[in-house]
Amino acid sequence: MKKFDLPLKDDDIRSLYAGDVIELNGYIYTARDAAHKRICEALKAGEKPPIDLDGAVVYYCGPTPARDGEIIGSCGPTTSARMDDYAPTLIEHGAKVMIGKGKRSGAVTQAIKDNCGLYLAAIGGAGALLKSYVKSCELVAYPDLGCESIYRLKIESMQLIVATDCRGESILK
Amino acid sequence: MRVLNVKDIIEPLAQAVEHALCNVEEAVIKRLKEAAERESGERAEWALRRLIENGEIAKKTHSFACQDTGLAVVFAEVGQDLKLQGMLLSDAVNEGIRRGYSTARKSVACPLSRVNTKDNTPAVVHTEIVKGDRLELYYLAKGAGSENMSAVYMLTPSKGRDGIIAAAADAVKRAGANPCPPIILGIGIGGTMEKAALLSKKALLRECGKPSENAQVAALEKDILDAVNALKIGAQGFGGDVTALSVAAEIFPTHIGMLPVAVNIQCHSSRHAHLVFEGEEL
Repeated sequence: MKKFDLPLKDDDIRSLYAGDVIELNGYIYTARDAAHKRICEALKAGEKPPIDLDGAVVYYCGPTPARDGEIIGSCGPTTSARMDDYAPTLIEHGAKVMIGKGKRSGAVTQAIKDNCGLYLAAIGGAGALLKSYVKSCELVAYPDLGCESIYRLKIESMQLIVATDCRGESILK
Repeated sequence: MRVLNVKDIIEPLAQAVEHALCNVEEAVIKRLKEAAERESGERAEWALRRLIENGEIAKKTHSFACQDTGLAVVFAEVGQDLKLQGMLLSDAVNEGIRRGYSTARKSVACPLSRVNTKDNTPAVVHTEIVKGDRLELYYLAKGAGSENMSAVYMLTPSKGRDGIIAAAADAVKRAGANPCPPIILGIGIGGTMEKAALLSKKALLRECGKPSENAQVAALEKDILDAVNALKIGAQGFGGDVTALSVAAEIFPTHIGMLPVAVNIQCHSSRHAHLVFEGEEL
């Protein structure tokens, strides 16, 4: 299994092919429907988004709240297709890697090809397992959105599968 | 005649909800293990084994199996000879859901403003008057990933049995990886549009893998399962032999000019509970 420290370099991304199982270490951001809408509105208005998108890894996830003594609650991926309208904008502004579940639109695949991007699949419904990879969790933006806020997660040995590689090839049926 | 103080349902419902959200059903785990054994797709098998591991971790650490703890659907069957006393039944159900979801994700919002209700209520409550003197509650957590991929097909009678199978396969094909396969299918056949949809939801209450008691329906369930697995979507859409773990169908007479078919898709994280309240002698 290939292992990588984030952020990924373009050479790392080019070395990956659809279907590869990989392990990631480093920092990623959670964002789902409502956070994407706000980031795109900010970019459209010429404002700086609340996270540095350059090389960012965006995880489509809205975790359950952490219980006492926990770092985070269960945190599996949500359906990526709902972010398809926003993803090309984030990629054009520097975001490199998306983590989610399910197929992407043609526009997202094209943006991945044009910008040496990567789409990784996490196991949908494996919220308790994915929680075990998270070593720290910090609220960084949009606290009013609850589980849809943006969190910065430190992940360790998070197992993912390359769903769409930088050549636009996908394993998803 | 028996009498039930309605507030007495709140705490048992809350506890049943929390338990269901943290414990993947044994019947599902059993099916996942069988699926992993026979799966020929390497990546799909990898995904199935991660799901089995997830169920074990959730149980051991008392964590939610999936972060999408869903919109609560509750079927309330009220015995005609039971007297309900005190608070309104739907208020008590919502209070039970509120408490049961106290540490779960709050996933319910206004459909227009998208403002979150912050306590995961209201539940979708279906109440039916039935024979007897008991109250039975059936709780089901419905996540968005699978519910969004569900569909109703208003077929014409000429489409027949083959049309029903094709409708189920069409819904699953369109859904692809989105509803977190391997999925469980609830199929409602007959009635009207909303009756078929309700039947399809009720079908999901059945234990995973248990066939219908009606032989004709059980045979149809098997054929639908074969048709869906022939799509080779596989676990998580990674390509493989097991796209669905089981199919449960329910039927109801329909109009001579209609054949409604509802396909309710449920992810592998099938979470439900059944509670019976006897009340006391009046």
